[in-house]
Amino acid sequence: MGVMTESTGTSATDSGHYDNVACPFCGILCDDLAISRTAGGLKVTKNGCDKAKAGFERAVASTGPQIAGKPATLSEAVAAAAKLVKSAELPIFGGLGTDVEGMRAVMSIADNAGGVVDHALSEGQYRNFRVLQSGGWVMTTLTEARNRADLFVIVGSDIHQLHPRFFERIVCNERSMFSDNPPKRTVVFLGEGLDQSAAKSTRIGDVITIPAKGERIGEIMVALRAMAKGGAISGDTIGGMPRAQIEDLLARCQKASYGVMVWAPPSLSFPNADLTVQATSEFIKDINQTSRFAGLSLGGNEGAVSAGAVCAWQSGYPLRVSFASGKPHYDTERFAMASLLANKQSDLLVWVASYTPGLSPPDCDVPMVVLGTPGLALSRTPAVYIPVGTPGVDHAGLIVRCDNVVSLPLRNLGRSTLPRAADVLAQIEAAL
Amino acid sequence: MLIKLTGGKVYDPANGVDGVVRDVYVENGRIVSPSPGAKIDREYGLHGSVVMAGGIDPHSHIGGGKVTIGRMLMPEDHLGNEVARTALTRSGCGHAVPSTMTTGYRYAEMGYTAAFEPAMLPANARQAHMEMADVSIIDKGAFVMLGSDDFFLRQLAAKSDFSAVKDYIAWTMHAAQAIAVKVVNPGGISAFKFNQRKLDLDEKHVHYGVTPRDIILNLARGLKELGVVHPIHIHGCNLGVPGGVETTLETIRGSSGLPIHLTHIQFHSYDTEGDMKFSSGAARVAEAINSHKNVSIDIGQVMFGQTCTASGDSMRQFVNTRSADPKKWVVMDIECDAGCGVVPFKYRDKSFVNALQWAIGLELFLMVNDPWRIFLTTDHPNGGPFTCYPHLIRLLMDKTFRKQVMGTINQDALKYSALATLDREYSLYEIAIMTRAGPAKSLGLKDRGHLGVGACADITVYADNPDREAMFEKPELVFKNGELIVRDGKIVKVVNGATHVARPSYDKGIEKSLKQYFDDFHTVRMENFRLSDDEIINYGQGEIIVQPTGARTA
Repeated sequence: MGVMTESTGTSATDSGHYDNVACPFCGILCDDLAISRTAGGLKVTKNGCDKAKAGFERAVASTGPQIAGKPATLSEAVAAAAKLVKSAELPIFGGLGTDVEGMRAVMSIADNAGGVVDHALSEGQYRNFRVLQSGGWVMTTLTEARNRADLFVIVGSDIHQLHPRFFERIVCNERSMFSDNPPKRTVVFLGEGLDQSAAKSTRIGDVITIPAKGERIGEIMVALRAMAKGGAISGDTIGGMPRAQIEDLLARCQKASYGVMVWAPPSLSFPNADLTVQATSEFIKDINQTSRFAGLSLGGNEGAVSAGAVCAWQSGYPLRVSFASGKPHYDTERFAMASLLANKQSDLLVWVASYTPGLSPPDCDVPMVVLGTPGLALSRTPAVYIPVGTPGVDHAGLIVRCDNVVSLPLRNLGRSTLPRAADVLAQIEAAL
Repeated sequence: MLIKLTGGKVYDPANGVDGVVRDVYVENGRIVSPSPGAKIDREYGLHGSVVMAGGIDPHSHIGGGKVTIGRMLMPEDHLGNEVARTALTRSGCGHAVPSTMTTGYRYAEMGYTAAFEPAMLPANARQAHMEMADVSIIDKGAFVMLGSDDFFLRQLAAKSDFSAVKDYIAWTMHAAQAIAVKVVNPGGISAFKFNQRKLDLDEKHVHYGVTPRDIILNLARGLKELGVVHPIHIHGCNLGVPGGVETTLETIRGSSGLPIHLTHIQFHSYDTEGDMKFSSGAARVAEAINSHKNVSIDIGQVMFGQTCTASGDSMRQFVNTRSADPKKWVVMDIECDAGCGVVPFKYRDKSFVNALQWAIGLELFLMVNDPWRIFLTTDHPNGGPFTCYPHLIRLLMDKTFRKQVMGTINQDALKYSALATLDREYSLYEIAIMTRAGPAKSLGLKDRGHLGVGACADITVYADNPDREAMFEKPELVFKNGELIVRDGKIVKVVNGATHVARPSYDKGIEKSLKQYFDDFHTVRMENFRLSDDEIINYGQGEIIVQPTGARTA
């Protein structure tokens, strides 16, 4: 298996300049960054948000592998990890902050070792997957929304915090494919405490705030759906908001040529938030009987979309799969990482976190094998720790965008010579 | 190593060989003619078993976002259909939308050595290739979708210089690593985004002012002049619409002699007679195909049971969501480029509509005369999963069996179809054309689909079992590139298949306008939109085979 190399050189001491760089530090994967490399490290010179700067410009210490906190060679660490994986009754392969190649390697070793796979952020992803598996939806993608939408409804999600360039690239763009003088857009913030600071541009007309509590947005969606069908809704408020405001929202949705409801599943952090996604999706389906409307789900940071996609195409199921029986066994409750750990059903956690130092393993008392980016925050010493490179910074790779349609090539910017998680996992599997 | 397959009955239509008992020699992955006295390293005594080239499926949805949406949408499709890991093979699952590795194993176990994904959106090409890389063993390739993408439609609307249109078609084939081009509901996927709910052949798109006919003719002419071997692969307007047969006939008549391929034509052969206003238009379609030598087709046969339809045709699939079973579905608008619709379906033999769909597909098979222009497909998984092929082959080869099955389905449906009057039985030679030689020729796979000297040694050996379903379900031996990969229907070796592409020439100057266009409107840079060879070779652990194209004219 070869490793893609950058024609401009991969040695960390060379200087280099890179255009059209894709950024893996959030799910919308902006790919218009310019990055320079000097002896002092990487510098984002164009189009970087704070997340991108933090990710690309972070220097990684030249740490080596450790066994129980003591320095070890890579081959010693691989052998120790293999021994743990081999002797585990039910290892969890979790975190899964990696790229497509890394996830392929995770699937291979989990299949071989009879483990469970689950991503660190799958709780958020399952707010969507449950809806997909029970009712489905009408969805759109970033370029489609950027050019076509005349109404954006931000649904209970602090988009700007999760995706700092979403508004700049998808909502505030001056130009559209379909008109030299595109109409102004309406942006509705449905939800309390949402950062609206980025919704500013000559392209934006009305900005409307409906500061409903997150857990009451589902009620509003159900009411919108009922009202659209001519149903009677009693009361002066709907979901805690003045009735007139909800009626106005409905009118705007029905009048839009192409409305888009935007949510980021990780933001919907209240109980049973999948029901809010479902109510939103069912409302969108209904509007499409007469006019066009779509959902746009964001999120997908830390390689979550790639993990879900690769797991689905290789096993049939999007994460929370156990290979303990030799066949894929799917159980969204039982094989959720948090539940396995809480119920003490697992005896080893293999944690992969190659993007940000914040993707820490959960508190648990099972031994851990950690494949992490240097600086990964750890509350206790893992049995085995192997530093790995970040896809798109230390090595090349491929990654899937939040809309589950577009994927992008990640470049080797030569920050370090840390190994790929994919290769380390393959070595561990080979040693089983 | 020189391998000898001794005493098999060879069906090799590309070389005119019809059931002749002869020996086949293989060396270094190729069919060879050894010098007399050459030392045979390995001999397989075939004793009258049937020898064909490996099967080639020219239209099967095996990779790309909509297939994985289908996989995610249908966990119940996988339950009970899990496949255990073995020492050689990975675990997996699935019936209608199997997981990637399982898809490859199933094809190989059935004697197929190549399958082509027919609906790769340019915006989703990278994922399609990633998934196909994980389809084990078999060769693959993909048809890239054009015709509802903004750049092409604005070229037509602006009446751009035709050489620029061709440059764009060719550029897209390179960028997406495609072997052919497909058009799906020409212009209709885009029109649906503008809230048009149907787009007939001569109906104008509200924004671009172009018609499906314009789109088809430009693509047909463009591909011909680019020298691409496979003609424009057309999923026509009005899929599944009673009366859609008129559109199909008009598409054939309007092709002006340009080569065209009409895909899953079964879904486009519905007429409007009878109480249900739904009847077979197969006879009229077959007659038109028989008299228009520029047209080839595949069927998209409906098979009874649960499946999950996955199509680029968001406009028609949105209508089909009314029949979703189970009641869940996905429709997507994608990147001002294309769209998709994923809708589970259960085809019931006692349903008037489903039984008639089944009959219409078989009528077309039996009434189209030239097996070189008709390919055996279920449009996997849209008409049914590809694992139904052995059953379908028996329906075509065994009229007694066919009549038995006809006795079990909705009898009213048969009143609106001529199936009961058709006694044709396909021969093994014709099956070999429809499933090997024909697709290879149509796709321009120069060394596949035949057993002549120099051909790639993808070979399938079947027991000559009068139960043709049992025969085609479980080959005795399958060779991929000369290596034995299947024995008695079970994988004995796992290899990596290649990716077939075609690369017509284009003027690199097109990238100047494309670069500006991507920068202005898209969320992906042109440089990142293109797939490099490295991505397929390194990450897919595979090879790229560039199939020849003819010289570009004009």
